[in-house]
Amino acid sequence: MRMLPTVLANLFAKAATRNYPHFVRESFEHARGELVNDIKGCIFCGTCARKCPSQCLTVARGAAGDKTEGAWTLEFFACVGCGVCVDACPTRCLSQKATHRPVAVERAVITLTGRLPERPARKDNAAGKAADKTEA
Amino acid sequence: MARTVIPFGPQHPVLPEPIHLSLVLEDEKVVEALPTLGYVHRGLEMLAVKRDYNQMIQIVERVCGICSMIHSLCYCQGIEEMMGLEAPRRARMLRVVWSELHRLHSHLLWLGLFADSFGFESLFMQLWKIRERVMDLNEATTGNRVIVSVNVVGGVRADLDEGQVRWIKDTLVEVEASIRSLQSTIMNDSTVCKRTKGIGVLTKQAAHDLGAAGPMLRGSGIAQDMRQLKYAGFDELAFEPVVETAGDCWARSAVRFREALQSIDLVRQALDKLEPGDLAVKAKGRPEGEVITRVEQPRGECLYYLKGNGSLFLERVRIRTPTFANIPPLAAILPGLDFADVPVVVLSIDPCISCTER
Ligand code: SF4
Ligand code: SF4
Repeated sequence: MRMLPTVLANLFAKAATRNYPHFVRESFEHARGELVNDIKGCIFCGTCARKCPSQCLTVARGAAGDKTEGAWTLEFFACVGCGVCVDACPTRCLSQKATHRPVAVERAVITLTGRLPERPARKDNAAGKAADKTEA
Repeated sequence: MARTVIPFGPQHPVLPEPIHLSLVLEDEKVVEALPTLGYVHRGLEMLAVKRDYNQMIQIVERVCGICSMIHSLCYCQGIEEMMGLEAPRRARMLRVVWSELHRLHSHLLWLGLFADSFGFESLFMQLWKIRERVMDLNEATTGNRVIVSVNVVGGVRADLDEGQVRWIKDTLVEVEASIRSLQSTIMNDSTVCKRTKGIGVLTKQAAHDLGAAGPMLRGSGIAQDMRQLKYAGFDELAFEPVVETAGDCWARSAVRFREALQSIDLVRQALDKLEPGDLAVKAKGRPEGEVITRVEQPRGECLYYLKGNGSLFLERVRIRTPTFANIPPLAAILPGLDFADVPVVVLSIDPCISCTER
């Protein structure tokens, strides 16, 4: 009985729910949704893959036999949207959209490929290697 | 009179989570209740040996979906203690804000489920409607709705700007008004009182002896709350544990109802005390040693035991969640009850089985 005023108020108020999926609420500005990689900025350092708690990222250098190519793979159904990789990425090429991916019936992965950054000058490289050897 | 054994759960309309009780009945009276657990064990503690201590934050958050933030808070607090770090003041206050928002939505969720357990559907929906506002606060300020993922070892990852602080305060005014408008229904409505008063009484002595935790303990008159330990930013906030003395289902719901309002107050206090500052200190080195740390979750005391061996991976993570502590008291109060009261009493401990089994 004590609930009656609330019940009556609800009866004459507009519906509290939305007619989803015909009407979808707009996402909040900083909602952590779909993970995207602007592959042009990616240096294939692998930091994101090492930090990801659900281990859904893989970064390969020299994929498909081409030493100058790198591949960034996201198993996006395993991604929990925590944003750890976005915070860790040194070049800030990772970002999260505010919206989520649509549901799907099949498993899929996203693979993006790009060119590895230019190596540092030969001389430094050779010197580095020599130093390694002497240490060992 | 012949005895009958009725299996109650793990699938039952009133149970949000899977616990199985074998109820031994004599006529309509329960004479014995034997709980069985183990339906949702996920082995999360064991993952500590495969994921480094930073990745574990997101894993311990998944121990419980309702108090996720408080789990990671407890974990980070333990690692910080082990590594000799102290989170900056702003981070500690923000931790209070988000953990109290979690408590608030958890209690609203529970009050709704509790109303549902004795068939009060309109109250259930009303409470969940209010809860949705709190979920929006979480999502807008952290990016995620349920598992907010804001803690890191050494502080927090997200910040609140002026506009958000104002918005949270404004929303909480409305949320508080709508919760208060239901106060007389939850506390005094004749239907509610009939189903909850004098039912499932846990005496003060029994609550102490059986090691009850959280609102179950405070509903029986023992003023013990881990927030008295003054972790995170609670050292600077005015806080008194909420206590009721009746020990019945009504007292437990009254404790949670008043705690929901108290959480709103704590969020306000913490927001007022926010000062500009760093969000996190950098964690250097690897955790080594042993640590036991405790926090208060919506359901009661949660204990983390962490053992590090100086490597990136922890050697052992042990989590004792409040529902685990509340199962022996539950088994003790069920005998003697009418069968029809069992769902109400089981719900009154706020069972969170997936966090019990981790
Ligand atoms: S951390 Fe950033 S730059 Fe490095 S591999 Fe990942 S996406 Fe590329
Ligand atoms: S958002 Fe989290 S789970 Fe998803 S890829 Fe990044 S680190 Fe992994």
